[in-house]
Amino acid sequence: MKQIAQALFAAAVAFAAAGTADAATLDTVKQRGVLNCGANGQLPGFGLPDSQGNWTGLDVDYCRAIAATIFNDATKVKFVALTARDRFTALQTGDVDVLVRNTTWTSSRDTQLGLNATGINYYDGQGFMVRKSLKVNSALELNDAAICVQQGTTTELNLADYFRANRMRLKSVIFATLDEALKAYETSRCDAFTTDASGLYSTRLKLAKADDHVVLPEIISKEPLGPFVRHGDDQWFDIVKWVHFAMLNAEELNVNQKNLEEQMKSENPEIKRLLGTEGNFGEQLGLTKDWVYRIVKLVGNYGESFERNVGQGSPLKVARGLNALWNKGGVQYAPPVR
Amino acid sequence: MGNAKPLPYPPPLAGEGRVGAVPFCRDPKLRGLLLQALLCGAIGLLAYGAIHNAAENLARANIATGFGFWNVTAGFDISQTLIDYSSQGSTYGRAFWVGLLNTLLVAGLGIAFATVIGFAVGIARLSKNFLVERLATAYVELIRNVPLLLQLLFWYNAVLKALPEIAASVVMPGGFILNNRGLFIPRPLFADGSQIVAVLACTVVLAVVFNVAAGRVERLQRALTVRIAAIALIAIGVPVAAFVAAGAPFAFEYPQIGRFNVRGGAEVLPEFVALLLGLSIYTAAFIAEVVRAGLKSVSPGQTEAAQALGLRRMQTLRLIVIPQAMRVIIPPLTNQYLNLTKNSSLAVAIGYPDLFLVAGTVLNISGQAVEVVVITMAIYLTFSLIIALVMNIYNARYALVER
Repeated sequence: MKQIAQALFAAAVAFAAAGTADAATLDTVKQRGVLNCGANGQLPGFGLPDSQGNWTGLDVDYCRAIAATIFNDATKVKFVALTARDRFTALQTGDVDVLVRNTTWTSSRDTQLGLNATGINYYDGQGFMVRKSLKVNSALELNDAAICVQQGTTTELNLADYFRANRMRLKSVIFATLDEALKAYETSRCDAFTTDASGLYSTRLKLAKADDHVVLPEIISKEPLGPFVRHGDDQWFDIVKWVHFAMLNAEELNVNQKNLEEQMKSENPEIKRLLGTEGNFGEQLGLTKDWVYRIVKLVGNYGESFERNVGQGSPLKVARGLNALWNKGGVQYAPPVR
Repeated sequence: MGNAKPLPYPPPLAGEGRVGAVPFCRDPKLRGLLLQALLCGAIGLLAYGAIHNAAENLARANIATGFGFWNVTAGFDISQTLIDYSSQGSTYGRAFWVGLLNTLLVAGLGIAFATVIGFAVGIARLSKNFLVERLATAYVELIRNVPLLLQLLFWYNAVLKALPEIAASVVMPGGFILNNRGLFIPRPLFADGSQIVAVLACTVVLAVVFNVAAGRVERLQRALTVRIAAIALIAIGVPVAAFVAAGAPFAFEYPQIGRFNVRGGAEVLPEFVALLLGLSIYTAAFIAEVVRAGLKSVSPGQTEAAQALGLRRMQTLRLIVIPQAMRVIIPPLTNQYLNLTKNSSLAVAIGYPDLFLVAGTVLNISGQAVEVVVITMAIYLTFSLIIALVMNIYNARYALVER
């Protein structure tokens, strides 16, 4: 009997995977009535639930925007906290519909995992944090240093590359989650802590004495962070991709939560196309005409989301930098809606 | 049914004398075989279906498959490596070996420590000394009722907090250095790792062979002391002989305190110590109960008889009680050894690079979840089966010989 049960279980696992690959994700989400979003859960500014269980963050807003445009209700999202190690498996097996978890877009992740990266919602790079008392001014002085790092990340690989390229000896200590790595750094098991620069700014605030720690100036890698979806569902891929573009276009055209109702009456043809008072661009995506209206009304444009979560309106105070719009010195650039 | 015919007495045995009379489907032997064949076929079909379906789904979802990743450069660093490993020069396969050896190291030492502590506490629980007995009971109740993961985190933080920072390192005589990066010991330069392992293996094999051989002449009264002396001689003599044979270049690489870390020497990581402590202490609590049950199972009459024959207390324990108790102890002890080995995978929480942690990294970077999980499961299964096999052989040696 035990063997039968095991065989049945294995079969159930194997056959279960079949179901998710076939059905259109948009239909599945609509039918379910809620979007399953793979999020971080430990990273202030990007994905973190508060004591009441309300999730906030730049990545969290991305999922809320997708829910807003589908359901006209930004709360119809179920956030699933994933570790760096489990995130791709959760998306592959259909546990989540979209993965927005400060995940670096690399060629192998785009081709080998059966997943597609839809775009870049945050341009990041890897950095180091050290204790001020060490009097280190540059990452190049870290020869022989013990470095705490999270498992299963591009960070782990960049770290080994960087030390090798600069002929330095590395002693990395690897932990399953960011919090465990940070805790070990705090108890001075390690001299330095490394992750994406955005993560350094936000994790620094979790330390008991944030002022005793300093982020080094070197950025040792390109970390384009963005959402991932399953390979093979082009409609869903388009929707997730265009939610980001919609938020960028809204910022570019100065459509925000405050002036939204005014802008609905605008005669500017670009704004009319964006907000759906002219044309049917939302319907072309499988959504409604007012798809961008919903996003801006319920979540805001990209700039608003950025400032609220990681920018000047947040404890992180990260400058826009590369993440400013293309016409304001950054590289965030969206194709037009037309 | 109405008026059934009275059954013949005694009932005819299956197949006896009247094979021709029983229709094919009524023959219990044949019917059993047929059912088993059908069941095997069904299970085989299901397994085939599952594997085939999984493979097809992976292919359709464009997920890379196959074991080609085994020879791809790993690219990540590992903090404790018993064999040569570098992030750029080694493959995922090599990384697996590193993780496997790290697991073996902590499991092997954990089993040894847990057994010693477990036996001591188990015997202490039967002590007539009130304080000793209470203390042993408190140990068992406290340790076995707190989740292991919590205990590991406790030990890790306790070990780290108790140790000094680099600048305040404790330098001990003989060149030993202790700080919160680990314990650093001078490394003899005459041999690289493989030679040390080879010498150790030779020592263990020789010691075991001698132990078994000496067991045959145990009737000689002084056998035990002779054995201990001989084993000690082998354990010390063989490495010394190897050392001398290697030309006896008497040099050590002493650890030096650098700006951030200690350079040179051999190191014992705090993660390793915490994991070893946690696993040994936790498993010892269960082993103590197993040992207590075993000792209790030997009837007090045996002890009384031994004393009547004039055996001393230790002789009674060693020659009469323990051999009989072992029959009860060994099977559940095997379970505890298996548990300890499998529990070592909790290392992932405290950053000790065991098999499971390394496999997790390989899985995430290569993206080949199915293959990596299958390999990892196969390795743990192999460990467990080997432990079970060894313990079964040991058990057979202790089993009651029926005449």
